Amino acid sequence: MAIHITGAGVVSSIGHNYEQCFNSLVNGSHGIKPLSRIDSRFAGSLPVGEVAVSNEMMTSQFGLQKVVTRTALLGIHAAAEAVQSAGITGTNWRKGFVSGTTVGGMDRSEFFFPSFLKDREAGDLRDVVHHGCGSVTNVIAEHIGFTDFVTTINTACSSSVNAIIYASKLIKHGIVDIALAGGTDALTRFTINGFKSLMILDEEPCRPFDARRAGLNLGEGAGYLLLVSDKVLEAEGLVSRGIITGFGNTNDAYHQTASSPDGRGSFAAMQEALQAASISPGDVNYINLHGTGTVNNDLSEGRAINRLFNDNVPAISSTKSFTGHTLGACGGIEAVFSLMALERQCVFGNLRFTEPIHETGLSPQREFSARPVNHVMSNSFGFGGNCSSIILSRNMKGQ
Amino acid sequence: MRLYIDAIGTIAPCQLFGDKLEVPEADGNVLKCIEPDYSAWISPQSIRRMSRILKMGTTSALMAIRQASLTEVDAVITGTGYGCIEDTTSFLTKITELEENALNPTPFMQSTHNTIGSLIALLLQCRGYNQTFVHGSHSFEHALLDAMFVLDEQPALKILIGGVDEWTESSHAIHSRFGKYRRPDIDGSMTLVNESRGAVAGEGASFFAIAGRRSSVSKSMIESIKTFIGPIKAHDVSSFLNDTHVDLVLCGFSGNARIDQEIEKLMAAIFPHAAIGRFKHLCGEFTTASAFAVALASRILANSYNDLASIGYQQHGNPIRTILVYNRYFAESHSLILMRAC
Repeated sequence: MAIHITGAGVVSSIGHNYEQCFNSLVNGSHGIKPLSRIDSRFAGSLPVGEVAVSNEMMTSQFGLQKVVTRTALLGIHAAAEAVQSAGITGTNWRKGFVSGTTVGGMDRSEFFFPSFLKDREAGDLRDVVHHGCGSVTNVIAEHIGFTDFVTTINTACSSSVNAIIYASKLIKHGIVDIALAGGTDALTRFTINGFKSLMILDEEPCRPFDARRAGLNLGEGAGYLLLVSDKVLEAEGLVSRGIITGFGNTNDAYHQTASSPDGRGSFAAMQEALQAASISPGDVNYINLHGTGTVNNDLSEGRAINRLFNDNVPAISSTKSFTGHTLGACGGIEAVFSLMALERQCVFGNLRFTEPIHETGLSPQREFSARPVNHVMSNSFGFGGNCSSIILSRNMKGQ
Repeated sequence: MRLYIDAIGTIAPCQLFGDKLEVPEADGNVLKCIEPDYSAWISPQSIRRMSRILKMGTTSALMAIRQASLTEVDAVITGTGYGCIEDTTSFLTKITELEENALNPTPFMQSTHNTIGSLIALLLQCRGYNQTFVHGSHSFEHALLDAMFVLDEQPALKILIGGVDEWTESSHAIHSRFGKYRRPDIDGSMTLVNESRGAVAGEGASFFAIAGRRSSVSKSMIESIKTFIGPIKAHDVSSFLNDTHVDLVLCGFSGNARIDQEIEKLMAAIFPHAAIGRFKHLCGEFTTASAFAVALASRILANSYNDLASIGYQQHGNPIRTILVYNRYFAESHSLILMRAC
């Protein structure tokens, strides 16, 4: 049974919907700017990929009666676009929602916390009511009416690829007919300080896969795909925009926050995805890299790619050079970008690349380029050694 | 797809592994775990850096591995409602106190929910499938469902699956302000019947070594799982079970007598021949209490206890071959897990 994509929605620092993001990717215009929306000592200096919409604007745009977390607002933004673009008219389908997030409602919890720290009775409880990751997902699910099966995954930065994998299984096993899957994460003081303490934030716009890369830029946003079974596709008379043909989920089992030098976990995830899709490395036309820009990730991901693809390395690029690293949302956002590569028959550039990493010699795609694309691989690797890779393919049937 | 439980590791407020099941005495409105000597399981250097949830999670996983006589597993699937809140709170505190300066990264590194599952993978060198569900009180159930999907593809795999959540002082203070728990000055354990004074907070870690095929070590079997959002209706339960005979409905309630009685009536109407038992006075209320319930139900199905008065079961002599675990987490959600003896 094939898992078809019929809808997609995305919000990030390079655009508030599919078309805007696509145009930014085509034009090479990134969204990395000094931090402005968060009360932090890094405001005004640290480069990040913020979404240029306020919570108040989103709350009123979605007609919400109560204030919810920014993670939920960004999620609703992208989820609503994905549902609208999917063209589903039947009302009796069982609809599932699987979302990845790492911070959940932290953007409001960290606002609550300083007063609570001084006095256990202080702080507005409305700021923590949606602290839990699952609670954020429920808010989005209720807003879009996808409530027959709702769940949340947090495997750090691979969360939303794992959400797409789980949603595919829910459809395959007949638990739901339609599933919306991806992820959402808002920028928070918590994650900014966390990555700062790990000393893996670049003070400049990031340079993924470059020899002089000096760390990542954090970003925020959300990205979702609407997935359906063959049965739904046929009954709805819809065109498949792409197919989830393969995925792999492995663990590096090397270190809590560092990848193994040879990228054994990422190698295994990519290899599993290829096997599941029944294609060979030479069939992949484009890899949307995890490519965070950290010394460690890019070296091990590059080594794993060299080992798996040998002399056949396809076009590769990290769109995190445009959006920043959106943590639990990146797999969802990049799955939408991968769908764009299939639909628009193109590959995207990897900004600010000048010199290959000595140990890998890999040169990513520098600029946007139109070309035939049948299979796209998208990688997402996270803390805790969680490695996931997914393959999106063109629907060749009837063409 | 059926899941066969080959081994169980549980750290809970009560002792699960003897032949007597004793109701633990709550400390005010909290039931905390009886923690083992972790140094028997984890190296001292590692223990020093680990929060309670990491120690409980990894140790219960190692207990299950040892009991199953396994040296390795193929996949680790974890459910946790709130994840590593001690480390999260600790990092938030430092951000505030040190005004974002000179922060130690360890609590941040260990604050993500997947730290538990990935630490288990690291300790066991398990490079296979690794997944963490963080959907409130359905986290463990959705992990079980995932195990079914994985074993459906590859029935020969050995999977470690668990549910874990930790109690912390700050999360208790916040949940208390939402009115979730009974007044702290009422001492003693939760009563078995018609508890109307609110829930007692709990915590726990239960990991299971799971196989897709029955074997000589199989202790019990999980047949089906279903989660519900909002109020539960008789139709939901009966359509899920399809006239299955049930010997015991093991209920987890949240300390609201009115709702508890309604559910009890509903269960009694659907299963007129089943006994009704309760489990939450043994583990307290927390988002992965259903993992404790599955551990308890598995032990009951394997005939491990001399008597079951402490869960409110009086029908001595009748063999218990089928248990329906019903769990409610406050008013938010419900789940059903159908289990059978092996």
